[in-house]
Amino acid sequence: MSRIEGVMKALKEQNRKALIPYITAGDPHPDVTVDLMHTLVQAGADIIELGVPFSDPMADGPVIQLACERSLKHGTSLRQVIGMVKEFRKQDDKTPVVLMGYLNPMEAMGYEAFAEAAADAGVDGVLTVDLPPEEADDVAPVFTKRKLDAIFLLAPTTIDQRVRAIAEHSSGYVYYVSFKGVTGAAKINVDEVAEKVAHIHEMTALPVGVGFGIRDAETAAAVGRVSDGVIVGSVLVDTIARNQADTEELKRALTDLLHPMREALDSLAS
Amino acid sequence: MSVKLTEEMLSALPDARGHFGAYGGRFVSETLMDSLMTLEKEYLQMKNDPEFQAKFDKDLADYVGRPSPLYFAERLTRETGGAQIWLKREDLNHTGAHKVNNTIGQALLASFLGKKRIIAETGAGQHGVATATVCARLGLECHVFMGAEDVQRQSLNVYRMKLLGAQVHAVQSGTRTLKDAMNDAMRDWVSHVDDTFYIIGTVAGPHPYPLLVRDFQSVIGRETRRQALEKTGKLPDALVACVGGGSNAIGMFYPFLGDENVEMYGVEAGGLGIETGQHAAPLCAGRPGVLHGNRTYLMEDENGQIAGTHSVSAGLDYPGVGPEHAWLKDIGRAHYVSVTDNEALDGFRMLTRVEGIMPALETAHAVAYGVKKAAEMDKDQMLVINISGRGDKDIHTIAQLDGIEI
Repeated sequence: MSRIEGVMKALKEQNRKALIPYITAGDPHPDVTVDLMHTLVQAGADIIELGVPFSDPMADGPVIQLACERSLKHGTSLRQVIGMVKEFRKQDDKTPVVLMGYLNPMEAMGYEAFAEAAADAGVDGVLTVDLPPEEADDVAPVFTKRKLDAIFLLAPTTIDQRVRAIAEHSSGYVYYVSFKGVTGAAKINVDEVAEKVAHIHEMTALPVGVGFGIRDAETAAAVGRVSDGVIVGSVLVDTIARNQADTEELKRALTDLLHPMREALDSLAS
Repeated sequence: MSVKLTEEMLSALPDARGHFGAYGGRFVSETLMDSLMTLEKEYLQMKNDPEFQAKFDKDLADYVGRPSPLYFAERLTRETGGAQIWLKREDLNHTGAHKVNNTIGQALLASFLGKKRIIAETGAGQHGVATATVCARLGLECHVFMGAEDVQRQSLNVYRMKLLGAQVHAVQSGTRTLKDAMNDAMRDWVSHVDDTFYIIGTVAGPHPYPLLVRDFQSVIGRETRRQALEKTGKLPDALVACVGGGSNAIGMFYPFLGDENVEMYGVEAGGLGIETGQHAAPLCAGRPGVLHGNRTYLMEDENGQIAGTHSVSAGLDYPGVGPEHAWLKDIGRAHYVSVTDNEALDGFRMLTRVEGIMPALETAHAVAYGVKKAAEMDKDQMLVINISGRGDKDIHTIAQLDGIEI
């Protein structure tokens, strides 16, 4: 059983929902990323999505675009990001880490080399925004060989036939994009999400995490009620942007954001 | 001698997933997949629909002013002292460039699909103007995304777009040029996917765009082929076209791909010189990667981050290139070369002075290489340069380089 599968299974047994924060690796500085990852876990994260910065993040709104720019200013490379996970694993061998990003840095490193290094470092899953399963023929077997979970996106525009096909290519969980838009936009409609996620559950046994538009404890609880987990990104990254100068202050701010979400999600279980 | 491509091989490309050999494909986030698949399905149907084709042909004739002439540049040929130089006059199209061939086609598709909101990216502004033009004509809402740096250096075209009723969005992210404009257009599309049609201006992007833009632009090569046979009784020995994304080049090359004796030269922007790294020549100096929905040659650093580009011409200032060009390069059917900013400027001045034709700075790259190539060829040979656009939009840039304020 993969680390992700284990965590998801344990949560389900406790009737709890996964809290999955996203931060961009190397933002605001490569030296603090590992520290921030531990902070996220202490504040209640079940899984961490660690963003691999890319020069052209087409699916992201301005908040994560700027995070990529801040990170790339320090020359953060995919190899370094993998190194951060390795460092993180020295203290934490329980919390799954999913690398989230775009295909080109991985392609430049080479899929074999990437998968080997990532698996050795303790990476658990990979979510590549611009890689639909149709284009993953070369990549998927390499991931499977290294026991990396392949996490794919589902969207409001995904027709049923594709939901089934995508789920078949996925392991760990599937990531449902809550609205038609880029990250950080605030236009989530919880009723629509509920309907769609219920429908996805009919088509796959995999846990469904929902991301895009989750900003606070209230939206986290509302989405948590209808899914298996919530992914929180832009609001955290925005907090990083506003507290770049002082790491201790930043860690407090991230905790203040995430902790109420954890409590709100856990209150659903009772 | 060139590679022999049979009709069968050509009609099999791109394959069902939009691949040209190792290139092309559909690398986008899931939200856009359904739209792209629908567009592909509808287009493949319309491609064979006589009503759609008749409408497209009529618009090209009556609105664009096609066929564009194939002109024998007698004086340029004499000055060069080599092969006969012929010019395919896409600069004489309505709006002043080849771009309109494609926007007419895609706007027709949008109308058939019932989409009322149009978005487009633009570099030099020619595609933006061509899109704003067809939107004005069809009464469609038009949003053009343009890098903030390009908004500066192509202010004339920005104003033209505004006069035509388009909203021009200056893109401040990244390098603030064409690639960033394309990023923002994609982001807008994801956010308005239900009512919006994205008119991509070049043969790059996710499948089916490289296919449909190539089909719409192929009128250039089809006409050239016919005109060459009519005027000279033979096919050209060489074709020359500039390559940014590569739409005018593929439009010229595609109908000749099966003619193994016709050599093809795509001319990339060499900027300050390939050796300086300050250029926009992915086919000459890049390597394969994935950007903007397709796998193709890219300018990138060792970590897979997209590199900044430089060219005096905004329309060539792009780190990628259409996947069909990447394939044609690998199989050796077309040759890809580069000329520097300065050589292109010389090309601009030469064509202006010798033939009274002011080419766009993009086109000036093809002119510069075409003249060089023609000089190496025999006098009974024939070389066609695709004059993809006119240079009015670049007068400010040229004047600035000459230290003149206008």
